[in-house]
Amino acid sequence: MSNLNSLTHFWPELILTVTVLVAIIADLLYRKEDSFKVAWWVLGGLALTLFAVRMSGGALSELFMGTIAMDPFANFFKVLVLISTTFVILMSFDSADLKGYRVGEYFSIMAIMAFGLFLMASAIDVIMVYLAIEIVSIMSFFLAGYLKKKQDSNEASLKYVIYGAFSSGIMLYGLSLLFGLTGTTKFFEMREAIAQLGPEANLALILSAVFILVGFGYKISAVPFHFWTPDVYEGSPTTITAYLSVAPKAAGFAMLIRFFNQVFGDGYPLGAETWTALNNVPWPQLVAVLAAATMTVGNLVAIQQSSVKRMLAYSSIAHAGYMMMALPLMSQSGVYGIMMYLLMYLFMNLGAFYVVIYVQGKTGGESFDDYNGLGWRMPFVAGVMTLFMVALTGLPPTAGFIGKFYIFAAVIEAGSQYYWLAFVGVINSVVSLYYYIRVVKHMYLTGDRSESIALPTSMLTTAILIALAIPTFVFGWYFSDVAEWINNSLVIFQGM
Amino acid sequence: MNHLLSWIIWLPIIGMVAIAFVPRDKSELIKQIAAAVSGIQLLLTIYLWQIFDASVGTFQFMERAEWIPSFNITYILGVDGLSLPMVFLMALIGFIGVFVSWNINKAVKGYFSLFLLLNTGVMGVFLALDFFLFYIFWEVMLLPMYFLIGMWGGPQREYAAIKFFIYTLAGSVLMLIAILALYFTCGNTFDMLVLMETASTALNGMLWWGMSAIKVIWVLLFIGFAIKVPVFPFHTWLPLAHVEAPTAISVILAGVLLKLGVYGILRINYTMLPDGVFWFAGALAVLGLINVIWGAMCALAQKDLKKLVAYSSVNHMGYTLLGMAAVIAAAGMNGDNLISAQAGVGGAVFQMFNHGTISAMLFILVGVIYDRAHHRDIEGFGGLASQMPVYTAFVAVAFFAGLGLPGFSGFVSEAMIFIGAFPIFKTIVIISTLGILLNAAYFLWAFQRMFFGPANEKYNDLPEINKRELFTVVPLAVITLILGVYPRPFLDLVAATLNVLIESVVSFGGLAAASM
Repeated sequence: MSNLNSLTHFWPELILTVTVLVAIIADLLYRKEDSFKVAWWVLGGLALTLFAVRMSGGALSELFMGTIAMDPFANFFKVLVLISTTFVILMSFDSADLKGYRVGEYFSIMAIMAFGLFLMASAIDVIMVYLAIEIVSIMSFFLAGYLKKKQDSNEASLKYVIYGAFSSGIMLYGLSLLFGLTGTTKFFEMREAIAQLGPEANLALILSAVFILVGFGYKISAVPFHFWTPDVYEGSPTTITAYLSVAPKAAGFAMLIRFFNQVFGDGYPLGAETWTALNNVPWPQLVAVLAAATMTVGNLVAIQQSSVKRMLAYSSIAHAGYMMMALPLMSQSGVYGIMMYLLMYLFMNLGAFYVVIYVQGKTGGESFDDYNGLGWRMPFVAGVMTLFMVALTGLPPTAGFIGKFYIFAAVIEAGSQYYWLAFVGVINSVVSLYYYIRVVKHMYLTGDRSESIALPTSMLTTAILIALAIPTFVFGWYFSDVAEWINNSLVIFQGM
Repeated sequence: MNHLLSWIIWLPIIGMVAIAFVPRDKSELIKQIAAAVSGIQLLLTIYLWQIFDASVGTFQFMERAEWIPSFNITYILGVDGLSLPMVFLMALIGFIGVFVSWNINKAVKGYFSLFLLLNTGVMGVFLALDFFLFYIFWEVMLLPMYFLIGMWGGPQREYAAIKFFIYTLAGSVLMLIAILALYFTCGNTFDMLVLMETASTALNGMLWWGMSAIKVIWVLLFIGFAIKVPVFPFHTWLPLAHVEAPTAISVILAGVLLKLGVYGILRINYTMLPDGVFWFAGALAVLGLINVIWGAMCALAQKDLKKLVAYSSVNHMGYTLLGMAAVIAAAGMNGDNLISAQAGVGGAVFQMFNHGTISAMLFILVGVIYDRAHHRDIEGFGGLASQMPVYTAFVAVAFFAGLGLPGFSGFVSEAMIFIGAFPIFKTIVIISTLGILLNAAYFLWAFQRMFFGPANEKYNDLPEINKRELFTVVPLAVITLILGVYPRPFLDLVAATLNVLIESVVSFGGLAAASM
């Protein structure tokens, strides 16, 4: 579709762009203490965008001369991005980190980031892939370093920049190898060109796949590309940590699935032959090993943490590992499982981080000891935190179990050669119980019983917690409609 | 009454919601609600028993509802002669448990909410016939149990609670893999009734990494259940959890939760993978033997009365395993062997029930003395018989029942197990009768040290067992005595179901055992 015609199908992104502009202008008009009000403009824009995304429905097409796909698959991830951005903006109102800063830019940068994530979810051209990743990365650097008076935050940002630049450089190298082999930047043309390549190109092809995987792996914080994660997550404002652990990860998975399915696949939507072009190396096994390593490393290191925030940072690596379990399969049910997991993970992880933000605001700390006796002092907050911890562990009847259930089901369905992976996965969930339940232990078992009860004073806090807790609980036993939605969203644009 | 089984399962949740609306300082009202709810539940299970048709071995009062059609998940409930006694046991112990925990005064609201949630979880496991539902209920039990041990338990409660949690979760996730493997190999269904029909054929001859699929699934499921039983070497969480848990929770743990493991093996391993039974029966008998001897030896060495009772559970559950293993006797085609299989499995189920009542009684009585003396050191007492004659009498009843004295129900079930297992596992049975001897030794020795000899001056003014405590012990003692002299009602109740079970094991397993 030509550029001009494409614009009529580009409403969600256009609305987001306008939102960004409005936010920047609004920020100029507000005084510093009022700069929080920019958030409402952004929230309004996000709501309109969500509406526009829902309106575009099941349309299946390419835009801007084959650089962007429009399909239900992208829409699903756009909805995830919008939900998480909305929640994170709302959560920012309570953030103790942001007190004393002018935050207008913070919200407009977040809207730009959402725009980048939209592109990540729908790019079908390697140039667009790189552009989208860079938009998201650069905005993440800003946000991670937003607390300019805090050394940790500056350090986080700098580490992030270095890692980000390094991994996107490697990725760019991989992409250029691919371009050299195929002479095109478009996914579908690449696939056809790869099918024509002789065996002498194998080495270059595998190298490029590995290099590109480095870039994606960095985005979803897979081992061994995860080293930036804990420090960045710890130094960033907690709201941004929550955001980084959910939204870019979701978009990263979307991009990874789309890229490997379309460039290295054989033209079928999803299925066993997805890795056709790479069948000279045990590629699925390689990804499976990465998945196993990711969850194991994430879990083992999370156990040793003394700060809840850092524990959640490492555990988010483990969660990426669980989702990666379904990647080597590249099957319909595997991708389905990843989508289900991401949706469930969004609510429970944002919820957990929000409690961290809230407790940090009340007790001034984020170590396990700051949670002592919380169950007695703040029964409501501690109650929902327990729910989030149980859900993150993956126990029924919570959303976390359903996410894991679908992933494990996909792995087991793939046949007995992947049973070991499922085994590693379940053992890891048992390991994760130890550190998640530790939070619960500190809240209820340690610390003295207090007779004075503090309920959240602000309506907004209560509302956000409830809004995150309800899906976390309800999706644990009622997920028919969600399953239906994901099923309908599992349509990936496969070229004209 | 329609949906009788659903009512039995969900009634505690209704009670939990009701408790949520009671202000936290009205602890009497909270206890009354919990008692009322468990009372009604007990009445419902008695009613269920009355209208249950014991002459057929199939599932009755089935309920079926769509749940998650896209994954073939259905809400299926049903009761048969195997689950009915367990449901009754849970309702009874749950009801008694409320009164046992009457003097809980820390966070009463939380305690009874979790207590009722636990009740729902256990009932659900016994009644669910959809594997997904079964698994959900199985896991739902864990969190309340963690809190109940961790918050209201003894000095080492945190460690005991997390150990219990991690052990059980490790078992159940292996079970999850097995459940999913069954789902995908047997025609995409979680319906246990369908799986019972198809699993054996679907898995026949299938190999995973050179191992028979049946064996792999059998072992995965078995480990999940064995941790709950607990079978040696997975038993180490049990003494700790028992000792640290508050009395009522120990009662539920020993009385009902341990039965879940055996129930799971009989309900799932035996019916779905009968071929595996033949392969594993020998190991099962040996594990049973180890449990018997190991549990008894450990019990003999204990100084803490509660730990002694906890190890006696390990010992008693060993007999159950031995009885279950006897099912393979029926593979021989003559009538005698069928009778020994019936005796073995019937004895195992009866032993489950008896251990439920007897160990509950034992733990309640341990709780009684602990509430008064604030320690449970066997050596620290002496001559209690003259201080607390009524209490002594009840402890005598419980200990005698525990050591399998004729006239008590434990004797009947243990005798049945030995009779059933003897034709096939002669050596094992002979060695495990030694367990009975050790049993008598540790119970009688403990009894002697606590109740006879010179009276300990410190405990001259210990109050006698009170009415509330008597109310919790008497029903259990009565059941133990009645079933000891007249076990017919129980055996008739389970006979038809167990015959179906034995037949299915024999008919499937007999054929396929050779081909595995």
